[in-house]
Amino acid sequence: MAATLRNVTTYDLRLAAPLALGFVVFFITPLVILLALSFQADPQGTHYGLTQYVNFLGDRFSLGVLGSTLWLGVKVTLLTLLLGYPVAWLHQRAPSWAKGIIMLLVLLPLLTSVVVRTFAWVVILGRQGIVNAALASLGLIDTPLKLLYTDTGVVMALAQVQMPLMVLPLITALGRIDPNLADASSVLGAGHWRTFRKVTLPLSLPGIIAGCLLTYAAAITAFITQSLIGGGQMLFMPMYIYQQASTLQNWPFAAAISIVFLVAVLVVVSIFNVLGRLSRGYTNA
Amino acid sequence: MVSASPSNPAAPRGRTLLLDGITQRYGGSVAVNDVTLDIRGGELVALLGPSGCGKTTLLRIIAGFLAQTKGHVIVGGETVDGLPPNRRSVGIVFQNYALFPHMTVAENVAYGLDARGADRATQRSEAQRMLDLVKLGHLGDRYPRQLSGGQQQRVALARALAVNPSILLLDEPFAALDKNLRLDMQIEVKRIQRLSGITTILVTHDQEEALSMADRVAVLSQGRLEQFSPPTEIYDAPDSLFVNTFVGSANLLGGVLVDADRSGGKVRLDAGGLIGTRAPKGDLRPGSRVTVCLRPEHLRVDPGAEGVETLNGVVEMGLPLGATVVHEIRVGDGTAVKVSEARIDRTLLLAPGTPVRLAPIAPGLASVFAAA
Repeated sequence: MAATLRNVTTYDLRLAAPLALGFVVFFITPLVILLALSFQADPQGTHYGLTQYVNFLGDRFSLGVLGSTLWLGVKVTLLTLLLGYPVAWLHQRAPSWAKGIIMLLVLLPLLTSVVVRTFAWVVILGRQGIVNAALASLGLIDTPLKLLYTDTGVVMALAQVQMPLMVLPLITALGRIDPNLADASSVLGAGHWRTFRKVTLPLSLPGIIAGCLLTYAAAITAFITQSLIGGGQMLFMPMYIYQQASTLQNWPFAAAISIVFLVAVLVVVSIFNVLGRLSRGYTNA
Repeated sequence: MVSASPSNPAAPRGRTLLLDGITQRYGGSVAVNDVTLDIRGGELVALLGPSGCGKTTLLRIIAGFLAQTKGHVIVGGETVDGLPPNRRSVGIVFQNYALFPHMTVAENVAYGLDARGADRATQRSEAQRMLDLVKLGHLGDRYPRQLSGGQQQRVALARALAVNPSILLLDEPFAALDKNLRLDMQIEVKRIQRLSGITTILVTHDQEEALSMADRVAVLSQGRLEQFSPPTEIYDAPDSLFVNTFVGSANLLGGVLVDADRSGGKVRLDAGGLIGTRAPKGDLRPGSRVTVCLRPEHLRVDPGAEGVETLNGVVEMGLPLGATVVHEIRVGDGTAVKVSEARIDRTLLLAPGTPVRLAPIAPGLASVFAAA
């Protein structure tokens, strides 16, 4: 019996070997190299030390970029949750033909390139863009509003671009909730709002946490959207790293801020994971 | 709240429930067709029927989850049509119990009280009292997943009763329990229902459950009410061929009605023999083709039987079932007839191929309906 089990396990491991190899070559190794690089004290690599980290952590500008990037993620995640939850809820309640349409609309952004979607936002938000043209022709504004190259613009565009990452886990979580629970709640005297607050929302927490995790991770690392909508005035971590590495050829510093960024993201992800485990603990019946 | 105790013999009377000509259409199909049920206060009524007969639809209409196409739901003389579920004062025990998995047992039971604005102290004491009623007073701090199926059902019952509803709805509540536990819970639910005197509707497809628990049984088929009577009447005097075959088992024999009046009828069976029956249902005249329903326990194998009521046949198989013995006997027209007898005589089991004579144990037990 034990021998059979062992055979099954080794068989499974062999099946995973190609992926594991790719993982080691293309992910673990570069990460180790990156880590080693970050400890070089100067671009020439003459000696090693913590110089790059000291430089980053002692530099107000660098810390500001890190802070605004992490904060951008929070804003995008909250906006996505706020807009995405009703969509997922609607999908749950809709008749099956409408479910298909809602799902298509949710998935549609994934079928086009991020570059295309982001350029669409440039067209919408620009000085002569759709929003400004509409507001102007309605006589609501005289001079065009500045939407492009602003924080608000970046948040809006990122929220739209990352929306599927929020909505899909939410749909899954809401779909797992026994519809009888809402019926039971209403029969016991609860109105729609109380039922939502006391039953639906707490039971959808695993989906909320999964969605927030994905959206957050995607939003803070979204190089293309951040750069195109944010323009030259706004600097976030991915662009900062790119400038240091490509333009200034300061590889050790680029590596160090990459590691700092990675650690910061891992901390946020760990917090989400802990929350996720707690919420799963009490929702599994 | 439910204030009756075993020491109080005068249990409070529940409120009446009148379903007045309820019809429910889904697109082109009719799920419930003009069903009228007049249910007395404190009565336990079973809605019995195969799946798709409309019993669950009726339950959802009473609860207010569904708005009926036609007809009225009247609770204690007041029409509740158009009221949402949270203002109907009904309690439901769902088939899967639908306990809130993220709340403790006590929180589940207190949920309805909280929704109705009761203060914390009242919530706690009432929840505890309801849990004591279902004998789970010591498990208030557990989560539903930590309880067995029977315990979960007790919690669901306590939660439904905690808000003192006018009507208690039980949706196939015993289907998920294993057989031994099911009987215990049926007795338990019946005890609590008697104690609280609450008008109760039990939806079930299990005829034994319906017959054993209910004061009256409403048999439904394809959205229509077939019969609404006390259990013994459902069994002994079925109104339709459907009721006769769905509840209990029945041997169906073809024949021709030769004589009928209000007290009974006589049918010449295709299998031979002239059998006395109950008064035929519906518009049947002498000469009509009919189907006679004879329950297996209404027949006996009797080598010495004589007279016109006897049938000749050959034993196909004999099954000793402990207290009873069942013989399958092929009669004159080729129909296989089951005969169930108490096993008082050890020599009763007959070998296949034995020619036998069958006779009803008493005259006039068979039901007769228009030929299907």
